[in-house]
Amino acid sequence: MRTHGKALHELFRKRDIRHITHVPDAGHAELIRLASTDDAFVSTALTTEEEGIACLAGAWLGGERGALLMQSSGVGNCINMLGLTEICRFPLLMFVTMRGEWAEQNPWQRPMSRAVQPCLEAMNVIVQRADDVDELLDLSEAAIDMAYAGDHAIAILISQKLIGRKTW
Amino acid sequence: MVIRPQIERRAAVSLLLEDRDQLLVVSGLGSPTWDVAAAGDHPRNFHLWGAMGGAAMVGLGLARARPDLPVLVITGDGEQLMGMGALATIGAAAPGNLAIVVLDNRHYGETGMQPSHTGLGTRLDEVAVASGFRWTERHADIQAMPGLRRRIHAKEGPGLAVLEIGTDEPSRIMPERDGVFLKNRFRADLQAG
Repeated sequence: MRTHGKALHELFRKRDIRHITHVPDAGHAELIRLASTDDAFVSTALTTEEEGIACLAGAWLGGERGALLMQSSGVGNCINMLGLTEICRFPLLMFVTMRGEWAEQNPWQRPMSRAVQPCLEAMNVIVQRADDVDELLDLSEAAIDMAYAGDHAIAILISQKLIGRKTW
Repeated sequence: MVIRPQIERRAAVSLLLEDRDQLLVVSGLGSPTWDVAAAGDHPRNFHLWGAMGGAAMVGLGLARARPDLPVLVITGDGEQLMGMGALATIGAAAPGNLAIVVLDNRHYGETGMQPSHTGLGTRLDEVAVASGFRWTERHADIQAMPGLRRRIHAKEGPGLAVLEIGTDEPSRIMPERDGVFLKNRFRADLQAG
């Protein structure tokens, strides 16, 4: 079975999504590893998620595409910096692995998880949600078109069920 | 009271942007954006009017997309303090063509001159050293600007220079504030080569 990490890695390669900005995240671990060891990508490890918003804006000023990988808790860190995206109409692709929903055992993940979609929408980011790998690929292809042909900001939420149970 | 020598901000920025050739410039919100605008309009300037804490990271993304060109971020102490993690990110990414100049007046000028953390002890050049930057400088004398300018163009960074400036507030020279225009003009000029 194709994992979501491998599927996105192939898609990013095919569609020239070159700058991969990320914070450490179990749900994105495979994609981060694949992108970080592939010369086709420029991989940037961030100390906090909003750095990625500004970094990808800079990459686009320089003519290149990218994506920002994070976990649901990181969305809250991005809110003010998303003002840069909106006011300059920068394209933006965010891939958010969800915590605080299906089979979550850590209640501290819940508050930001619940606030992800309303916060992103309040900042004019289009939010879509994938519950399986095929759907994720389909939405991601479409999101790349919308972002990089239409100057939209799009977040794809990757459901906790798709990623699988966290082993405690 | 000890009077410290201080650099006049407008004159310093103007010297750093002399004969700029291929230089790409990102300015941080507030006075650094007015300083860069005062040195003359240019399609390869990207002026931030907001996004506090983001200037250095815009510079990083730009530097990594265009490693062939020198990139200069000109920002203030307060703006850089809000993005101090970015110095760690830039140190790790280590783009040779990125330089940051912090115009350090040790205060938050736009909001009523409250003291900033650089006025309370933080030395951003030492943070940059500890984050893996390849060069840092600290100056209180404008005579150092031509040398710093050459270093910015040499692409042997990442580098960060702190310029100790005064707390005077020269008149506001405002650049274009339409972000979409600034973005499209910048991209078009780069694409034209």
